[in-house]
Amino acid sequence: MLNISNLNISFGHGSEKNHAVKDISFKVKRGESFGLVGESGSGKSTVLNCISGLLNHWQGTIKVDGVPVSQKRDLAFYRKVQLVFQDPYASLHPRHTIDRTLKEPLAIHNFSDINHRVEKVLREVDLGSQFRFRYPHQLSGGQRQRVAVARALILEPEIILLDEPTSALDVSIQAEVLNLLQDIRKERNLTYVMVSHDLAVISYMCENCAVMSQGAMVEMISAKQLKSGNLTQNYTKQLFTASKGYDRAAIDLFQDF
Amino acid sequence: MILEEQLLQVKNLNIIFPSPKGDVHAVKNISFSLGKEKIGIVGESGSGKSVTGRSILRLLPPYAKISADKISFKGQDLLSLSEKQMRKIRGREVSMVMQDPKYSLNPVRTVGKQISEAYIVHRKATKQEAKEHTLKMLEAVRIRNPEQVYRLYPHEVSGGMGQRIMIAMMLIPDPSLLIADEPTSALDVTVQLQVLAILDDLVSQRGMGLIFISHDLELVSSFCDRIIIMYGGRIMEVVNAADLHKSTHPYTRGLLNCLPRIEGGNERLSTLVRDDAWLDADFSAPSVTVSG
Repeated sequence: MLNISNLNISFGHGSEKNHAVKDISFKVKRGESFGLVGESGSGKSTVLNCISGLLNHWQGTIKVDGVPVSQKRDLAFYRKVQLVFQDPYASLHPRHTIDRTLKEPLAIHNFSDINHRVEKVLREVDLGSQFRFRYPHQLSGGQRQRVAVARALILEPEIILLDEPTSALDVSIQAEVLNLLQDIRKERNLTYVMVSHDLAVISYMCENCAVMSQGAMVEMISAKQLKSGNLTQNYTKQLFTASKGYDRAAIDLFQDF
Repeated sequence: MILEEQLLQVKNLNIIFPSPKGDVHAVKNISFSLGKEKIGIVGESGSGKSVTGRSILRLLPPYAKISADKISFKGQDLLSLSEKQMRKIRGREVSMVMQDPKYSLNPVRTVGKQISEAYIVHRKATKQEAKEHTLKMLEAVRIRNPEQVYRLYPHEVSGGMGQRIMIAMMLIPDPSLLIADEPTSALDVTVQLQVLAILDDLVSQRGMGLIFISHDLELVSSFCDRIIIMYGGRIMEVVNAADLHKSTHPYTRGLLNCLPRIEGGNERLSTLVRDDAWLDADFSAPSVTVSG
């Protein structure tokens, strides 16, 4: 479904040049959920931004459904691939109602039956019709993230890119949003690429994941390996240990990578 | 843990924020006490955990109504102190590490100047002495090149280093109680644990008390001695960290169950079902005031 090979991107010039993503390659099958894990600055969100077309000076090949995409994307691409951002507070227009927010992509893509579609997608993300004409500030964080998911879903895409969709939410709300994402994926046979720094979330959501550090891919692991702790690289092992909670003795063994 | 002395005692703390739509009762009848131990306050956003921490140092906006039967620190009643006397407590006796070093450090002064100011104000030291202590303190929070970091501005340091600088600044007047409000939530997991390790070592070396405010139940249970779990401005329960997983309180169980686990399966996560009865149930009195 999605095939990335030798993706490279750098920012800045001369001595300031920062090679943010170095030769990243991975494949995601249709209906699969693929994770990108790493610490801040590892380039995981940048990979997502390259795929989604938010950044366009990358080099390499990105193929969607076997067709290579160019730096400039057409409307058809955006119908197929949608992005959900980390911060639900920042990603919704504060002065547009939920109704207006959801109708905008429909208008851009010349959909018919707009009202019906908005109703349907709100039902799908478990938001009652009473929320339809509210503004983002009248919703809680979890509800806002549901609206962001609804906005991505409304174009009936095949691939959804998720950039830390739950890291700004409380654990109890995170569980609800993760369940919602899993249900929708099963129902619509969606393909996910999910960025997260939380190994537990990745292990729950994804079948395979790539571990990144400083722009490069450290290793590719399956959820099974992750669950059993069967890891080969020291970087991943350290991340795994750190996710287990506070352990004074283990921390002294941490290295910088 | 056996406590020789009570450091802080809070009895029936209430905090009310007046608003045009009626008063918001952010914290209701909270009582707890702590000695030289690490105590964690855990809750979701809006549970009143940060407000509780700030009220001890009276760092809330002036319109907030704070009332309590007792907030005593080393036997001294903090409620009766004047603003001037309070300033002697803040930093010198009780200090606070905030969530984001980016917003808590002064962007136009060097890191070293800011840390030594904390020492000069509280210890009436000369600049030279303050500098020596600052460099020692930077070394204590495991900054490898203190001389160089001393001259840096806050925007030149990373998040993890910024938080270590904050800890250095808060610990340099040698307080007896440190309140840490989500000190590591903005950091990567490995850096987070390294910062916590530094905090842990310094707190135990100096025999301080620590109030650790966080939303991360698992982290707190592996780091603190005791945990206060808050919901809707009330204390739901106080448990020993080691016994957290044996807790039977429905809210605590709910919070624990909705966490995905690395080694867990892919079945649906259970979600938290809230019960308004929790807010009215009586969790005050004996079980809460019992110490460690």
